[in-house]
Amino acid sequence: MKRILVGIKRVVDYNVRVRPRPDGNGVATEGAKMSINPFDEIALEEALRIKERGEADEVVVASIGVADAQAQLRTALAMGADRAVLVQTDAHVQPLDAARIFLALAQREQPFIVMMGKQAIDDDANQTGQMLAALWDRPQATFASKVELSGDVARVTREVDAGLETLEIDLPAVVTVDLRLNEPRYVKLPDIMKAKKKPLETLAPADLGVTPRPRVKALRFEAPPVRQKGVVVKDVAELVEQLKQRGLV
Amino acid sequence: MSQILIVAEHDGRQLNPSTAKCVACAAGISGAAVTVAVLGQNIGAIAQAAAQLAGVARVWTVDDAANAQPLATVLAPQLAALARKEAFTHVFGPSTTFGKDLMPRVAALLDVPQVSDIMAVEAPKVFRRPIYAGNVIITIDVSEEPLVVGTVRTASFDTAANGGSAAVEAVSLDVVLPAYVRFVALVSAGSDRPDLQTARRVVSGGRALGSEEQFKLVYDFADSIGAAVGASRAAVDSGYAPNELQVGQTGKIIAPDLYIALGISGAIQHMTGIKDAKTIVAINKDADAPIFESADLGLVGDLFAIVPELKARLAAG
Ligand SMILES: Cc1cc2nc3c(=O)[nH]c(=O)nc-3n(C[C@H](O)[C@H](O)[C@H](O)COP(=O)(O)OP(=O)(O)OC[C@H]3O[C@@H](n4cnc5c(N)ncnc54)[C@H](O)[C@@H]3O)c2cc1C
Repeated sequence: MKRILVGIKRVVDYNVRVRPRPDGNGVATEGAKMSINPFDEIALEEALRIKERGEADEVVVASIGVADAQAQLRTALAMGADRAVLVQTDAHVQPLDAARIFLALAQREQPFIVMMGKQAIDDDANQTGQMLAALWDRPQATFASKVELSGDVARVTREVDAGLETLEIDLPAVVTVDLRLNEPRYVKLPDIMKAKKKPLETLAPADLGVTPRPRVKALRFEAPPVRQKGVVVKDVAELVEQLKQRGLV
Repeated sequence: MSQILIVAEHDGRQLNPSTAKCVACAAGISGAAVTVAVLGQNIGAIAQAAAQLAGVARVWTVDDAANAQPLATVLAPQLAALARKEAFTHVFGPSTTFGKDLMPRVAALLDVPQVSDIMAVEAPKVFRRPIYAGNVIITIDVSEEPLVVGTVRTASFDTAANGGSAAVEAVSLDVVLPAYVRFVALVSAGSDRPDLQTARRVVSGGRALGSEEQFKLVYDFADSIGAAVGASRAAVDSGYAPNELQVGQTGKIIAPDLYIALGISGAIQHMTGIKDAKTIVAINKDADAPIFESADLGLVGDLFAIVPELKARLAAG
């Protein structure tokens, strides 16, 4: 069975303007709309397309988090994933522990690709995929904008600062995806109904031999300094004048 | 006493300025002894450039044909081995695609946590970093960890000056290097224009440019004032500009003296990439565009009319 394992993180929707709590002890997320991390949605879309091309047999989605993360897994099932695993915990799971959990899942599920978003838009850490690849002692291709499979290898184009880099990687491997890889499909109502019948298994981190231990301690959450609103000039002549006054041209 | 190992970023010919930013970040840690590791092939000149950075005590070179391309899977076990050679307290790399790819792999091999995008140092193991696309700044503490890995948000630090004269030592490592990743190609649009990440002036174009053809207006105006060119995600997604020009949360984080945004609405994911710009100029036909909330200078109008006039007036002196 050729299987793809996809990581799905529940995050505050990207349209929500997140603010620190007034006491500085956290982020005010109460009542905020929650969604699948947009990068993970792209990872899932790619996995589904690979399966639809006949290059994989099964797409398994996995999330680590609170019980409510079932909602994001159901959405992933509605998009087309075959089954879901929730590693349920209220603990704060940091990237190295997330990677350990995914390592245990990879050993259990034996996927030929693990696909993840390159970063989650809450902590913006950009670590878990690379850490998983290291612990698994397998290739990593991060920031993917194109993935082509042929047999036991994949050709992955990566968005790097200098342009586009192409790597050839042996499978199994970890691929983390960037924004331009694809455009995720919309979920249709009948698919949401069908998704309710798809299997969703719940595990505890301990079932996978991992006890999450936050090693990075948060001391304070603050709002960034706000930029002062500047001036709106009336025409190009005034703009040039202002630029000159400020010594910018 | 902090012992800091920094991995140099380079393209095989030149040291990337991101390395000098990492050195500047390390210099903010009191009593830091800084070693820069240069891994590559034929890297003598790059090692010399690293040795000249003020604040660097020592440069290690690992010269190996396997290091000709910066593959994370190949570099990570070597960097981990270097980190284990002595009692290092920090291993730093830049928060560029090179460092973002490599450093978490190193952290996992060392079984230590990573702090991404360090923007300020409060104590040797207390750092500030942005989360939620820069909407929140978190202060984190890893004092209980003997060793941590960090990536340095380059836009937050000055460039370490030259004037150093560190010793350069060749190191040979006994590490098994995986062969399961092979470099195929690197395609860069390449240009003679200033580099987006280090330019003092940047002109960026957004969705409003409307086509790859019309985006030439951005290049043309940028050239006339010696600026680098950037783009919004919408402009890149639409194919008007190559991916390496994207500015923002998932593109480049930059800190030019002057940033001119042409037809960019000012989404948070874009603005987080330029919040360290000294002066932001916005040209947008919608007076209610969010970018005017944080622009130092704004002009409401059609960029296709404004930009040629602006170029002409600036050229007239
Ligand atoms: C996870 C995630 C990550 C993202 N990362 C990034 C990122 O790194 N960088 C980034 O830029 N975006 C990023 N985005 C996208 C971001 O949310 C916005 O969609 C994007 O920045 C919009 O680009 P834009 O301003 O060019 O386009 P639009 O928002 O469409 O704005 C176009 C602007 O042009 C103006 N305009 C139109 N015609 C003219 C004219 N003739 N003259 C003058 N003005 C005109 C309009 O008034 C409008 O304000 C990300 C989004 C997500 C979800």
